[in-house]
Amino acid sequence: MVIAQQEAVEVSLDDEQTITKQRRPLSRNGLVWRRLRGMPRFWVGAIAFAAIVLLSIVGPFLTPWSITDRDIYNMGMGPTLRHWFGTNSIGQDIFAQTMAGLQKSLIIGLVAGILGTLLAAVIGSVAGYVGGVTDKVISWFTHLLLVVPSFFILILLSPLFKSLSWVALTFFLAIFSWMIMAQVVRNQTRSLRNRDFVRAARYMGLPTRKILSRHILPNIASLLIIDVTLGIVSMIMSETSLSYFGFGVQKPDVSLGTLLADGTSAALTRPWLFVFPAGVLIVLLFAISLIGDALRDAIDPTSGANRA
Amino acid sequence: MTLYVLRRFVNYAILSLIATCMAYVLASSIFRPGDAFYGKNPRPPQSSIDASLAQLGQSPDVPVIARLWHWLVGLFTQGSLGITIGKQPVVEEIIARSGASLRLLLIGSLIGAVVGVLLGVWGAVRQYRASDQIVTYGSFLIFATPTFVVGVLLMIGATALNNSIGVQLITFTGEYSAGISGSWWDLTLDRAVHLLLPTLALILMSAASYSRYQRSVMLDVLGADYIRTARSKGLERGPALFRHGVRIALIPMSTFFAYSFGTLVAGSAMLEIVFSWRGMGQFLLQAVNTNDVNAAAGSTLFVAILVLLSSTFSEIIYAALDPRVRS
Repeated sequence: MVIAQQEAVEVSLDDEQTITKQRRPLSRNGLVWRRLRGMPRFWVGAIAFAAIVLLSIVGPFLTPWSITDRDIYNMGMGPTLRHWFGTNSIGQDIFAQTMAGLQKSLIIGLVAGILGTLLAAVIGSVAGYVGGVTDKVISWFTHLLLVVPSFFILILLSPLFKSLSWVALTFFLAIFSWMIMAQVVRNQTRSLRNRDFVRAARYMGLPTRKILSRHILPNIASLLIIDVTLGIVSMIMSETSLSYFGFGVQKPDVSLGTLLADGTSAALTRPWLFVFPAGVLIVLLFAISLIGDALRDAIDPTSGANRA
Repeated sequence: MTLYVLRRFVNYAILSLIATCMAYVLASSIFRPGDAFYGKNPRPPQSSIDASLAQLGQSPDVPVIARLWHWLVGLFTQGSLGITIGKQPVVEEIIARSGASLRLLLIGSLIGAVVGVLLGVWGAVRQYRASDQIVTYGSFLIFATPTFVVGVLLMIGATALNNSIGVQLITFTGEYSAGISGSWWDLTLDRAVHLLLPTLALILMSAASYSRYQRSVMLDVLGADYIRTARSKGLERGPALFRHGVRIALIPMSTFFAYSFGTLVAGSAMLEIVFSWRGMGQFLLQAVNTNDVNAAAGSTLFVAILVLLSSTFSEIIYAALDPRVRS
């Protein structure tokens, strides 16, 4: 409440004219958008992300080469006009491969990131709202999953999803990514649980499912939005790392991870095999983290980075 | 305080043990250790395959729970973790390999934590100055780079450096040069040079995340009333920041350290593999690729113990820094 008031004062000082013209108080989303607009970080991230997504969609049509084509007259060549990112030792076009890998990594990251946050929201809010034994069991299980880093758990489980497709990998990634966020959601839910509006809903006889979806989760939506962006980053990282070491996406599918794995052995003599896919991956992850960080500051202006 | 730390330790220890048991059960039901023997050419007789599997504790006729029980009895009565598919005791393998892994992990995470905390404090004190912006964007960039990519990029950079000066200044494949001999000093120097790049990668990675976190906690602290009080009672800016600021800001850092340690262990395992070290990372990789249940369970136990120790360590730091916990 106090924050909202402060914000209102700030806004009226900044844009006195627009406020008088609009005559309508800014909605919360409007405020967030106003703050986001003023952050160069957000624009750099958003434009770079949009460019990469666009590239992953139109990229494959920009080059005449497909990922299986082999140019036997130009094997192991550096970047040229004919092959923008060069070719590997059997003459495959690295640009075409990078685009295909980018598509796969993006899809896996987006789906797993969103799924992971959904899991965290459901598990965390149930634990926090229901409380009691349910809460204890869920907390204990969460701690248990945190004892061994999920990268190792996924490696142990890799024989299960290696034989299936990359879709299975996506689900496994999501299943082992919710733990820390679920703890945060649980604590938030506990503090919301006894607010008047939640109590009122409870006394009106609303079922728990509806209280959670209508009153609890909308109130922590901002947290969840931030978590989705950061989750996408960490999912793409997990996928590429697993694929790099041979536990993730399997041939004939291509992801940025498998591509980087192929490029590593020749990385010292033919750096383009590694540097171009790695560059695309880094720009993608950098862009999403910038958006996530800007979102965090816009949604929660009291968080550390924003303090004057 | 001792009681508090002890209680947390017991709690973590139980969790680690259960996690290891679950890893054993998972590996035991997913892996197919028989494949290693069936795939041999000529194929050994069935009786000898059965005998080998029984020796591994992976006889297909025995239910998984009974295999786990047998493994646990061996662990608690003889301190044995079983044998690998290559018929080596797992404990010996771990002892032989863990030295290299621990060296990388400890040096990397300690230097990384110190550098990260210093950069974070510096950035908070000089918020929005050019130096702060550079550190912020730099740490974002490293944050957005998967660990193995950092490793390989450092390798490419070192090769370019070696080529440009024409001397093999930085060697980085393996943990030491193959077939090296010489005085103790030569050997140590050789290892130190090999340690350089993977450690640098780990420091970059951990310092990037610590500095972000430390900066935001420190900014919260800087705005707090007690800093103003300390200043107004006449304390100089430096001592006020360090005695009242950094110390308070380190309290949440100790929890963050415990959380992020798992990521560090995973990152350091990846770096070992990238730099072809014969360490625990490669041991786990090999275990999964050869369907070796005992080796996989053993390396999980190793990781769980590391996480257990680091969590306890961070609880001790937490208790030492925060007087409210001590009483």
